[in-house]
Amino acid sequence: MSGGQEIILEFELHAAIFDVAGEASSKIKRVLQQIGVRADVIRRIAISAYEGEMNTIIHSLGGTMRVVIFPERTEIILEDIGPGIADINLAMQEGYSTAPDYVREMGFGAGMGLPNMARCTDKFDIQSAVGVGTKIMMVVFH
Amino acid sequence: MMDEYFHSVRLIASRCKGCVNCTKHCPTEAIRIRGGKAQIIESRCIDCGECIRRCSSHAKTAVTDSLADLVRYKINIALPAPTLYAQFPLDFSIENILGAFLELGFDEVFEVAKGAEIISLPIKDYLNSKDTKRPAISSACPAVVRLIQVKFPELIEYLVPIDAPVEAAARVARAECTSKYHLNADEVGVWFITPCPAKMTACKQPLGAEQSNITGAIAISQIYGDLFKALSQVDKKNKNNYSSASWVGIGWAVAGGETSDIEQVKKLVVHEINHVSSVLEQVAMGKLNDIDYIETLACAGGCIGGPLTVENRFVAETRMKQRMQKLKDEYQGPDESPFKDYYQDERGVIERRVIEPRPLMLLDEDIFKAMDKVELIEKTLKSLPGLDCGSCGSPNCKALAEDIVQGRASETDCLFKLRERVRDLAQEMIGLAEKLPPPLDKEPAE
Repeated sequence: MSGGQEIILEFELHAAIFDVAGEASSKIKRVLQQIGVRADVIRRIAISAYEGEMNTIIHSLGGTMRVVIFPERTEIILEDIGPGIADINLAMQEGYSTAPDYVREMGFGAGMGLPNMARCTDKFDIQSAVGVGTKIMMVVFH
Repeated sequence: MMDEYFHSVRLIASRCKGCVNCTKHCPTEAIRIRGGKAQIIESRCIDCGECIRRCSSHAKTAVTDSLADLVRYKINIALPAPTLYAQFPLDFSIENILGAFLELGFDEVFEVAKGAEIISLPIKDYLNSKDTKRPAISSACPAVVRLIQVKFPELIEYLVPIDAPVEAAARVARAECTSKYHLNADEVGVWFITPCPAKMTACKQPLGAEQSNITGAIAISQIYGDLFKALSQVDKKNKNNYSSASWVGIGWAVAGGETSDIEQVKKLVVHEINHVSSVLEQVAMGKLNDIDYIETLACAGGCIGGPLTVENRFVAETRMKQRMQKLKDEYQGPDESPFKDYYQDERGVIERRVIEPRPLMLLDEDIFKAMDKVELIEKTLKSLPGLDCGSCGSPNCKALAEDIVQGRASETDCLFKLRERVRDLAQEMIGLAEKLPPPLDKEPAE
């Protein structure tokens, strides 16, 4: 039953639905704990997933997060439909945020999401088209 | 591979009805009903005492030492938690309460509140240091430390590495007494008078240190009757000098007390074990890193809400605040903070054994088997009704799914699955009953 084994988790993320925000990341964290991934690795995966989840909810019109857990690594693919990112380099700068006011008033939108995700993951790839959407692929090795 | 765990929380089996109350409210899902009685899974139990609170049959209790144990020592020191003062009406001053211990066979009394004041100073230093991981989490509540060990092991490094107040109090009290009475350490009994089963467990199995300075722990509910009798006989106007903790130290008994005098620090106070769990969940997600310090208490209201108290916690809180105000009004010293001189005493930062993670989520040591189990649990869960009724003896359907996959339970433990099987079998039987074999079948064949 080993080799080529994977656990797939898929989550629908809805724009501006905040009351369930973070549940996807909690679920991922629980599975990783169940299979015994190291605590500090789980932390990095949970943070990347959480930031990705929040970005989709805050900025896009909706999207999905697909997580594939292998014995030795976790892959996270976030895809959304929405305004996209015009200048990716700018978006990757710490502190730069395009979050609307009501989101900042809730305590989000500090401009640290993308930089945090890049810092926590071992592989980070982001593609976006303005007016279409964004796709992010991340890998964390256990 | 794991050490044997001592747990102070116990079941009085004769009173247990096997109902769902404790099972459903245990924060680490450590209880299962087996053989009609509640059974605690030792590796999951954090001794928070939530089950003691929830049991309507009074079947849950905490193992406690008692006054009878004092005979084993030449000199006995009582360490009352400040929560104790809130158990008695204000007619009895703190001095009276402390003096009453002498009537019960103790030779000395040392306030745990003083221990709290002693360690508050190194805590302030620790919070001011730039190297401190933020948010720092208080380690004063052993139930919370154990919760972190089992559910949030990645947060262990955020715990403040300073002994809890009672440990500091025990150390100072012991040192003072062994020199005053010229005794060896094993001739001195140091007894914590506590509202808390987690503290009891911590005395027998200390968190962080190899050996505790505390000999044993006596529950407040256990000693209350004896104290009340002693208090009624003692002359209230008797003076002693045992009461020397300030309002700051005794305030630790109430949620918010620990952080009340820490200034210029962004602090968050959370109490009640489920609320603590959700805040820690946020810390684990990387939120709350603009908070400097989190005061975490497993009991609603703080220690005055502990499961081994006698008084209702709201009454206790009012009394505590009145006592604190009285101490403030009586204080005649020049400084704002009345306890700066403790800094010279033995502080709480000694070599501590690192707090070990005890993650309870792990399904199997072999990651491939664990991954298979994750899928199997998901599949099993889908076949369960999802009512979380607890009738199977597990706290909810997800827990039952895991118990089934781990071989600790079977699908027919679920009443609803059993009823489905019965219905299916009944339909089979009806089907069989309708078709008689030809020799008996009196109906003309078509």
